[in-house]
Amino acid sequence: MLLESKENLTIDKEEFKPLIVAFCCNWCSYAGADLAGTSRLNYPANIRIIKVPCSCRVNPNFVLRAFQNGADGVVIAGCHPGDCHYSTGNYFARRRLTLFTSLLNYIGIESERLKVDWISAAEANKFATVMNDVLEKVHKLGPNRKLRDVRWKR
Amino acid sequence: MARIGVFVCWCGSNIAATVDVKEVAKEAAKMSGVVLSTDYQYMCSEIGQNLLRNAIKKEKLDRVVVAACSPRMHEVTFRKAAELAGLNPYLVEIANIREHCSWVHKNKDEATEKAIALVRAAVAKVTLNQELIPGEIGIEKRALVIGGGIAGIQTALDIADAGYMVDVIEKTPSIGGKMAQIDKTFPTLDCSACILTPKMVDASMHPNINLHTYSEVEKVSGYVGNFEVTINKKARSVIIEKCSGCGVCIEKCPSRKTKSEFEEGLVNRKAIYTPFPQAVPNVPVIDREACIKFKTGKCGICKKVCTAEAIDFEQEDTKIIQKYGAIVVSTGYDLIDLAKFGEYAYGEDPDVITSLEFERITNAAGPTAGKLLRPSNNEKPEKVVFIQCVGSRDKTCRGKTYCSKICCMYTAKHAMLIKEKYPDIEVHVFYIDVRTPGKNFDEFQRRAVEEYGVNYIKGMVGKVFPDGDKLRVYGVDALSGDTIEIDADLVVLAAATKAKEDAEELGRKLSISTDTNNFFTEAHPKLRPVETHSAGIYLAGACQGPKDIPETVAQASAAASKAIILLSKSKLINNPCVAKVDETICCGCLECTNICPYEAIASTIIEYRDHGKMIKKLVSEVNEALCQGCGGCTVTCRPGAIDLKGFSNKQILAEVDALCF
Amino acid sequence: MTRVKVNPSNRDKEISRIIEISGENIYSCMQCSKCSASCPANSEMDILPHQVVRILQLGNYERIVNSQTIWNCASCFTCGARCPRDIDITKIMEAIRLTVIRNKGESRIDVDELPEKIDDKMPHQAIVSVFRKYRK
Repeated sequence: MLLESKENLTIDKEEFKPLIVAFCCNWCSYAGADLAGTSRLNYPANIRIIKVPCSCRVNPNFVLRAFQNGADGVVIAGCHPGDCHYSTGNYFARRRLTLFTSLLNYIGIESERLKVDWISAAEANKFATVMNDVLEKVHKLGPNRKLRDVRWKR
Repeated sequence: MARIGVFVCWCGSNIAATVDVKEVAKEAAKMSGVVLSTDYQYMCSEIGQNLLRNAIKKEKLDRVVVAACSPRMHEVTFRKAAELAGLNPYLVEIANIREHCSWVHKNKDEATEKAIALVRAAVAKVTLNQELIPGEIGIEKRALVIGGGIAGIQTALDIADAGYMVDVIEKTPSIGGKMAQIDKTFPTLDCSACILTPKMVDASMHPNINLHTYSEVEKVSGYVGNFEVTINKKARSVIIEKCSGCGVCIEKCPSRKTKSEFEEGLVNRKAIYTPFPQAVPNVPVIDREACIKFKTGKCGICKKVCTAEAIDFEQEDTKIIQKYGAIVVSTGYDLIDLAKFGEYAYGEDPDVITSLEFERITNAAGPTAGKLLRPSNNEKPEKVVFIQCVGSRDKTCRGKTYCSKICCMYTAKHAMLIKEKYPDIEVHVFYIDVRTPGKNFDEFQRRAVEEYGVNYIKGMVGKVFPDGDKLRVYGVDALSGDTIEIDADLVVLAAATKAKEDAEELGRKLSISTDTNNFFTEAHPKLRPVETHSAGIYLAGACQGPKDIPETVAQASAAASKAIILLSKSKLINNPCVAKVDETICCGCLECTNICPYEAIASTIIEYRDHGKMIKKLVSEVNEALCQGCGGCTVTCRPGAIDLKGFSNKQILAEVDALCF
Repeated sequence: MTRVKVNPSNRDKEISRIIEISGENIYSCMQCSKCSASCPANSEMDILPHQVVRILQLGNYERIVNSQTIWNCASCFTCGARCPRDIDITKIMEAIRLTVIRNKGESRIDVDELPEKIDDKMPHQAIVSVFRKYRK
């Protein structure tokens, strides 16, 4: 089954399947996601992972682009503070994204749509929990309409 | 137009059971730029790789997407395969449809849909991939060893024997470290000095080893293969080249009020001193804090008596800047301060001593010439009590939570040494648990009990009361529940080991991390025990955690071999996924230089011609050898002039677009 | 000797209560017996403090409450001050005593009777603890 083009934006909440884009750092969270796979944990299929070298590589622009293109939630996951492979990268990510979250709030986007969390390579369970948790919250909020570019298909 | 090949792996049933691989391949074939889309049971197998190689050649593919397991598994495999077929390895992308898809989802429709999305993202990214060629960096064929104890000496000897130059930095005036203070070594009871001093001499005589004693690391910059270290050589006030080591200056020095560090403060030393007679180099140092000449200006006796004219009061600290390919850290350990353990009366009664002080007392070269005498009255004790785990396995702020590892063995050794020399002395050992794993270790401890009659008591001492010239020790035998009182003459405390006070500071200079106890952290506790997270920096000995001598020496040789492996390479290949500055956009704000954890970005001035005029402009420049490719600078850059190769803005945005399709 | 059923995972209700009241982690104890060695009242005790903790770990509540130790404890806090595992044994002793008192069954204080019993010099703390200990 392929995604049908959803021209009609009045989506029934029951039918609503939120799309979550997750940016995972190569050293901790991506490995954590791998471990979630190796441990055969379960999380919903509408979470799509993009590998980045470090959480500090995530430009807020990427997040906006995801929202614009119809993502209903975005997760950014990195190593725990103090454990960054690049020693200080996640500190920068933490600062930038704190600021960015308040900006989103200011323009009227629910801050629950953007989740920044620290998941180590060993925390497969945490990875699955965070993903399920975000999905649940976004499901409650309903589809992202404010930032969506209507010219975009989805 | 790109010619992309998509290869979907079944991974047996691991992927194929939950993802309709045929459907994925069919959908992938419709994607823009894809000229070949196929599937196979095991892409990572020899046949699978051949399939990939042949397809690249036959279909003239210029980009490849493999939808298979995690790139952390087989990215390298597929990149190598592509390289064999003549394709730049960085033109291969992996879509992770196993760990991130088939293994975490159960519904086949949903999993297939997600797999298609993941493949679409990989295709979108690979379309924008560019050929990347890794740079090469040269390696300085010289190693630095920080710390001249047994770990440092062993590492230096091993590296030097392999034919590379080694510099050893030692903070104190002589190499030798803690092992030089020890009397006998367990479990063989051979004399520590007899096995250590020949190694110290070997190190000083070795043509490839350069000793910097009385020196410290001041600054470290650079990166693997090319570290630049500033060494501060403290003023010794004695010219090493001239000094003959006759020792007359020490003999004649009138200042005798300073406690000897080497003798653990049991006796005093002069202001001009060598830590111990077998010191290497055997050249004294003037302690300027204690020296009468430096304090009052009057004295200078040492200078008068020195026939070699080696004394130089005007000497100043000198700085040496040297390049190194590899660094081994072997700074060792210390014992904790027992001031907080009031109940044991340490510091209050001179007959309560630490185990290291006991080593000096029982050492034939020590202050008592090896006779067991009480520090208070220089008489032979009749009853000796050893207390183990003083501060070890202690969750309070007074001690350390870890087991110090060496105390059980050295306490058994001490007890045995006493019993061997003086069978009439009563020896009691209070312990919580006796931990003696190691070759011939448990047999050794049992010998102390069974053959030498050492009284082991399971239980801790509650209090040590100085009572007249005796020490009243109150304890409990936890097994029988009997309360015990011993009138001891000497109490020896097995104080916990700890990391050096300045370990954290040194760690910061080297950018290597320390754990909660300030021990240096290894890159992996099991598989990379001597490497640190910083490439080219290795660990040896007790600076990484409590260790006995055999383990220290083993780790030292391991660290040496790691350093040799590095030094023996002709050049290093670095990660080509590094940041790149577009000089035409860069505004020269240099914000990126502040955030780079590797100091890989510097400023440079470029000249360019604009409307016939030469214009100078300040821009950032990335040192590709230093850059590790975290990409932090790309986000910081205000005009967006920096991009990360392999993870460029365009590539990530393309992935986002494809995933949201 | 009686054979004791040991099942530390299935924690006795009373043991859980002792842990809750004292706020101490009895499982941190590694039986070094420093508490017993430090205890000034240890000569009067039938079970030494470190044995009390061990018996609690094993879950034998009956043996603890029937011992003299808990009543011999002088609450001098020496054991807790010297414990390398950061366990305040005094608090455990007090918690055991409290469970005994609370289990005694009768409520010895009634709010209505209180005003006439209050003496001006009585510290407020005492009134509070009377309720904690003797009122059911």
